[in-house]
Amino acid sequence: MNSLQNYLLLSSLLFSIGLAGVLIRRNAILVLIGIELMLNAANINFIAFWRFGPDPSALTGIIFALFSISVAAAEAAVGLAIILAAYRHSRTTDLDQMDSLKG
Amino acid sequence: MTASFMVLALLTVAGMAAAMGLRNAVHCVLALTLGFAGIAALYLQLGAQFVGLAQIMVYVGAVAILAVFAIMMTHNPESANLPVFSSQWIVGCIVAAAVFAVLARAISSSAAFTQVLPPQPDATVHQIGDSLMHRYILPLEIMGLLLTAALIGAVVIAMDRKEEMK
Repeated sequence: MNSLQNYLLLSSLLFSIGLAGVLIRRNAILVLIGIELMLNAANINFIAFWRFGPDPSALTGIIFALFSISVAAAEAAVGLAIILAAYRHSRTTDLDQMDSLKG
Repeated sequence: MTASFMVLALLTVAGMAAAMGLRNAVHCVLALTLGFAGIAALYLQLGAQFVGLAQIMVYVGAVAILAVFAIMMTHNPESANLPVFSSQWIVGCIVAAAVFAVLARAISSSAAFTQVLPPQPDATVHQIGDSLMHRYILPLEIMGLLLTAALIGAVVIAMDRKEEMK
């Protein structure tokens, strides 16, 4: 087993941890953090494929990872603002208690 | 598999698992910064210095602080004794484990990997800045626009409307 596979296995493990967090946590902020974790796992893949790819001097993986980090930062800011707005409306960040649409 | 990779991978996975499993949300974010720092160290190990430093600045420096602020602003003493995991947590764990099993099987059975490690490429900040300013100038501009829009949008969404009406 070579090292690229190790990095890919690590990133898929991190992705699964993030997915588990998104699916099981009740706090909306921690669900958002789980999404960040999944994005980070994708970034590890970008960098690992850049490093072990046939043409690392093209810098494509690095640039893609940088743009991905920027988009993730924007997403985190807007997501946390939406959670704050929802908290102001319903006084909770517990996802199981946000059930005002439930019949 | 080198020892440094093992140590960093263990640190990252432990930090991330603690971030998703601990009871206190602030402790979760502290564990998360450990995991983000581990990922940054992995980038440094792979030779992507600039991305590693950007990871530390953006995630450890900004996103984690933002999350701590959001947790403290939404702290509700009444919900402190509620369970932290949803009632169907076992289904979520099974789905995540199944996803990992599929990904791990696909990765370990793939024959597309070359066994030779290519020589360490030099990705200096000079080269990255050069390609950002020439080849990727349009994506860079769009990214700047996106970040500005996200910043304004976040402020507008999080602003308290009642004070506005007074």
